[in-house]
Amino acid sequence: MASGRPNQLFRNKTAKIAAIPMILTAMVVFIGGTGWTVVYSFTKSKLLPKLEWVGLDQYERLWNTNRWIVSIENLAVYGLSMLVLSFVIGFLLAALMDQKIRFENTFRTIMLYPFALSFIVTGLVWQWLLNPEFGIQGIVRDLGWENFAFDPLYNADLAIFGVMLAALWQGSGLVMVLMLAGLRGIDEEIWKAARIDGIPTWKTYLFIIIPMLRPVFITALVLITSGIIRVYDLVVAQTSGGPGLATEMPAKYVYDYMFRAQNLGQAFAASTMMLLAVLVVVVPWAMMEFGGRKND
Amino acid sequence: MRLRSTIAALAVSAVLPAATAHATDLEVMHWWTSGGEAAAVGEFAKAFDATGNKWVDAAFAGPGEQARAIMVSRITGGDPMGAFQFNHGRQAEDLIEAGLLRDLTDIAEAEGWKEKVNPPSLLDGCTVDGRIYCTPVNIHSWQWLWLSHKAYEDAGVPVPTNWDEFVAAAPALREKGILPMAVGQQSWQQSGLFNVLMSSLVPVEIFNKVYGDKDAEVAAGPEVARVFKAAADAREMSEGSTVQSWNEATNLVITGKAGGQIMGDWAQGEFSVADQKAGTEYSCLPGLGVTEVLGTGGDAFYFPVLDDEEKSAAQAELAALLLKPDVQVAFNLKKGSLPVRGDIDMSTANDCMQKGLKLLSENKLVPDTNQLLTPDTTSQINDLFAEFFADASITPEDAQERFAEIIASAD
Repeated sequence: MASGRPNQLFRNKTAKIAAIPMILTAMVVFIGGTGWTVVYSFTKSKLLPKLEWVGLDQYERLWNTNRWIVSIENLAVYGLSMLVLSFVIGFLLAALMDQKIRFENTFRTIMLYPFALSFIVTGLVWQWLLNPEFGIQGIVRDLGWENFAFDPLYNADLAIFGVMLAALWQGSGLVMVLMLAGLRGIDEEIWKAARIDGIPTWKTYLFIIIPMLRPVFITALVLITSGIIRVYDLVVAQTSGGPGLATEMPAKYVYDYMFRAQNLGQAFAASTMMLLAVLVVVVPWAMMEFGGRKND
Repeated sequence: MRLRSTIAALAVSAVLPAATAHATDLEVMHWWTSGGEAAAVGEFAKAFDATGNKWVDAAFAGPGEQARAIMVSRITGGDPMGAFQFNHGRQAEDLIEAGLLRDLTDIAEAEGWKEKVNPPSLLDGCTVDGRIYCTPVNIHSWQWLWLSHKAYEDAGVPVPTNWDEFVAAAPALREKGILPMAVGQQSWQQSGLFNVLMSSLVPVEIFNKVYGDKDAEVAAGPEVARVFKAAADAREMSEGSTVQSWNEATNLVITGKAGGQIMGDWAQGEFSVADQKAGTEYSCLPGLGVTEVLGTGGDAFYFPVLDDEEKSAAQAELAALLLKPDVQVAFNLKKGSLPVRGDIDMSTANDCMQKGLKLLSENKLVPDTNQLLTPDTTSQINDLFAEFFADASITPEDAQERFAEIIASAD
């Protein structure tokens, strides 16, 4: 083994051979597929991919399409408020749960249960709950409040928040459980020390506990953002993009143009824009997170 | 009714496997799942099973757009079914160009489709470069206004006989808390409504110029402006219509909660399921009572190219069978659509269908938008009207400008 020149490439051979299938899959499926999509976004492919170049035409059309621009605005509104509210609600629930309450197991189960449901089921359940005739509004009116109005899904200005309500209901439990696990990992001694120093509980949470929970926050951030980007199915089940374009999402635009409008070129241009948007956020973050390490 | 047909279907499926031991199974995909539709497709299945083959029903419960997406991905993915339903027109254009669909010209010639199919324009929708690729099975027209007699009696106004009266009667209905016009909140229904206004309220040439020749100048012109004004009226009249699917909207008309609905002749089935009588409980106005023309949209079956010879033979049998006179009558009576042959007896059809048959025989027809526009353009128009109907702040002028842009870029 020791004879011959040491060669970096052949060190640890078995492990490298074992990794080949995965490397190939990653190259072909992820990078290859992505590259293929980008290339065909410059063609006028209709139902089937065809290599007829049209330059930037698809992108020009995309950015002149009202529906695409509305979709992006919707995603921004939904994404930002979802991100903030998920963290706030998740953390509050976890902090409350951490007060050594009775029946904690029961509450934890109740809070986490919605996460076991798919987005499709969640969307349908909330479509019914928010239906003005049979849902919450209908029940409250039957109880005697005749003028009670709660029908976000039928109001173009509020529909996106109706979708968010469902997403929060489904996702908050998971954030709570993550945070709770983090909180349980905090040493009791830290709480004792803070108490001796006379620091109020809320300050302890805000300035000591939360900074210590950084890894948990990052995990939660990744889970929540990926949930935001793949919000497609929830929208389809709950509102199918309506009323009007009020809850349209970029992912739905891609799907609709790919399969319904039979215009692959346009769909690929839209998905390339989505990829670009993700890269703009992820690359600087990744460089900060992983690139900086070497200099430590 | 429905229970009985289910039992019948069960009985048939229980008996068949024994009777047709050497039969070829042919998987047929379609999106006919509502009560009347399922009964109609059952007629095809029955006739096909009688030939000794076996119809394997693959119904997709959902809107046609979604069904088509699944069918296309199965065909392009190399897992084709035996036959599938599309709306004849440009939806299958790319599949034909790619050579994925079977050329039916031989069968068409042997069966004499060219002489039998009426109107002949239907077969044009199936023809690419002189070859025939599909079997049209029925004609569905969009151009109908369905009116509830009960709603107008409650409001104390006579039942309208044309679009203008329909608009004029709206305030009286509003006063009584009746919705003047029911529109399902799905974009295909909203753009469909607009296309009906376009073919009925202005001369038919305008419709043909805009959708046929893609003339953007006409699309931006004064005639189309009138259509957009009417669409704005429709938007106002349908305010407060929160239902989603077309049959929910039709149900509002049936129960008298809404005055009327513009919807294709498939709505007919809902009225007959509810045991309503045309003329006394509801009225139907073809061409909105203004220009009486009917669109020649409809359904057709396409057959993917298959390697299996037995299955190919079964495909040929099915293609020929779909146009046989008795099959056409049985299917179309249940479906509420018009047959694609002029030489068969449809005297058992009801009043509204008779009106349609009369227009068909007088050749008062316009092409369906599916025959003229690519799915891409249709999607763009759908998106525009989804926005227009949901947002009252969009003026008819703005919408028309965007409409003209879509027409200008259409191919």
